[in-house]
Amino acid sequence: MNTNIIRVGALESEAIYILREVVAQFEKPVLLFSGGKDSITLVRLAQKAFYPAKIPFPLLHVDTGHNFPETIEFRDRLVKELGVELIVRNVQDNIDAGKVKEEKGKYASRNMLQIETLLDAIEEFGFDACIGGARRDEEKARAKERIFSVRDDFGQWDEKNQRPELFDMLNGRIDLGQNVRVFPISNWTELDVWSYIQKEKIEIPSIYFAHKRKTFVRDGLIWSANDEVVYREDDEEIQERMVRFRTVGDMSCTAAVLSNAVDIDTVVDEIRISTISERGARIDDKRSEAAMEKRKQQGYF
Amino acid sequence: MNVLKIATAGSVDDGKSTLIGRILYDTKSLTDDKLAAIEEKSKQRGFDYLDFSLATDGLVAEREQGITIDVAHIYFSTRKTSFIIADTPGHIEYTRNMVTGASNSQTSIILVDARNGVVEQTYRHFFINNLLRVKDVVVAVNKMDLVDFSEQKFNQIKGEIEYLTSKSEYQNQEITFIPISALHGDNVVNKSKKISWYKGLSLLDHLENIDTKTIEKTAKARFPVQTVVRPKTEENHDFRGYAGKLYGGSIAVGDQVTILPSATKSKVKSIHFFDQEYQEALRGSSINLTLEDNVNISRGDMIVKSGEEPQAIKQLDATICWMDKEPLKASEKYYIKHGVNDAQAKITSIESLIHTDFSGKEESPSQLALNEIGQVSLKVSKSLFVDRYKDNKSNGTFILINPRTNNTSGVGFIK
Repeated sequence: MNTNIIRVGALESEAIYILREVVAQFEKPVLLFSGGKDSITLVRLAQKAFYPAKIPFPLLHVDTGHNFPETIEFRDRLVKELGVELIVRNVQDNIDAGKVKEEKGKYASRNMLQIETLLDAIEEFGFDACIGGARRDEEKARAKERIFSVRDDFGQWDEKNQRPELFDMLNGRIDLGQNVRVFPISNWTELDVWSYIQKEKIEIPSIYFAHKRKTFVRDGLIWSANDEVVYREDDEEIQERMVRFRTVGDMSCTAAVLSNAVDIDTVVDEIRISTISERGARIDDKRSEAAMEKRKQQGYF
Repeated sequence: MNVLKIATAGSVDDGKSTLIGRILYDTKSLTDDKLAAIEEKSKQRGFDYLDFSLATDGLVAEREQGITIDVAHIYFSTRKTSFIIADTPGHIEYTRNMVTGASNSQTSIILVDARNGVVEQTYRHFFINNLLRVKDVVVAVNKMDLVDFSEQKFNQIKGEIEYLTSKSEYQNQEITFIPISALHGDNVVNKSKKISWYKGLSLLDHLENIDTKTIEKTAKARFPVQTVVRPKTEENHDFRGYAGKLYGGSIAVGDQVTILPSATKSKVKSIHFFDQEYQEALRGSSINLTLEDNVNISRGDMIVKSGEEPQAIKQLDATICWMDKEPLKASEKYYIKHGVNDAQAKITSIESLIHTDFSGKEESPSQLALNEIGQVSLKVSKSLFVDRYKDNKSNGTFILINPRTNNTSGVGFIK
């Protein structure tokens, strides 16, 4: 017996409360797991919310086939440790079946193609709540997202007609065919996530720490040189650089930053003084000012 | 680190987005890439200065119309405090968004255009902050540069607002007036040299120094059960934890508790947070409780300290802010959500429609339309265990849900 007094931090307490509401209000929730730091943080919060019971919902990974191999290894190890179910659905299957068409050329990315695979999986399993690690501080359109965000059959986000969320009360009532996207760490900032990983000593994939990598530079950003996945012009010269990733999406749309931060403490220090936003390293967001909003209306996270 | 949630309100063109952009800029919270995007857009549109509102107006429609149409959340931090701003629009048709923003905030900033002074919208902002009993309110008198930094103009606005709030029901509100120019940065983060007659703190310094002690600290402990944790594994065969968030006060191992609605009595056996046990938990904590006795408890039940039971009622009198296009009507049925407890509610009568400009009320209106606020009586399908809103915010409020559309249609504050 411990004589300590506990006061759970506001953000952590809020996230745990939200996860418990999901399990209480929905029949078939699922946690969308990308292997990135935000979804890893979500997994820890879910552990805390239901401990000593196991996490009472499966994880779903929409695999683009362009993931960093380190992320996939990490994913498989984590799932084994936790003893939770992992569902993987591949974007490649939809490409092979001719359901979606892959972009080609210089800025090609499978980012948009994830939408179709995600919607298929939601339908296949009948998920009524999809828990995601999106944060409001990431991007302007996400800043307007609700904690419980209702989507229709087509996964569409009707941003002008969102339910008001008052105090702690979360209204998860939906019609058949609708589902809810749930964002327990809506109110966390990038620094909050990193500080939490540091404080909780949460393991994350090695690509988040500085390592030597073959890279090339385009538009002032550092790209991973992997000719199978990332299109490269002949004059875009490969060079080995000491880099780490600050956000982890596909190899084809995630840029690296130069860094010597080899552990969590030095990474947190670097984030604290950084003058570039997290999504500044997301090539997919640079397409237009409304890139994220357009993706979200079509069912993206 | 402290977390301070702030709601901002202002009329169209009061410069709210500019103020937020200015705060982000002066606290160096705007990253280089975001700043570069703002510079480029400002130049492209032929502006003489940086349009900081571009930092916050997130949706395409907003950028097209140059106005803010939904609650946006903005994050920044200083050495002492993490700030979360809920930026809510000022148009009359978006009262519901202002109520939403204020419901999740500890502090409000109300913007007033120094040239226009107190306008009808200012009345409404104060009304909502009063209704929601927001303890600390900052009145930022903006665009002081356009009235030659006139102290007389500032005092005139201050006087008008003080007269206004003397009529309000909630008198413990602390209101601070600050003359600013969001565009030029006077008194926003840094103290202004041009407004030498103002002796107070800059807006950010003031916010950093707000004492966020809320009524929840002295409020009685309320523990609504969200879900029951039963691992059903070999090592935790008999574990039965009640998972929930503690609203108000604290709860400790050994406390005598009453479980509602059954009124069964028991004692707190243990308090868990993740894999650790604790002697006591404080308000705001999402924890797991176990009890000495094997009691039948399910979601929606409430654990309270014996002798501190809330009132059990099936007939509610509440102030309701309506948020749905379909108006609230007497004898209509809705789902009611009180915390994590769900029931059905029938509107028995609409007593009055309260004018949000402090001009009084209208007795027995036929309905409450979108963005209207009124006094309503309801009958509930089962007993709810409630506090008055002024005694415990979380346990003194509820939402109404339209059973046909599932929309969150209104919010109630229990009298």
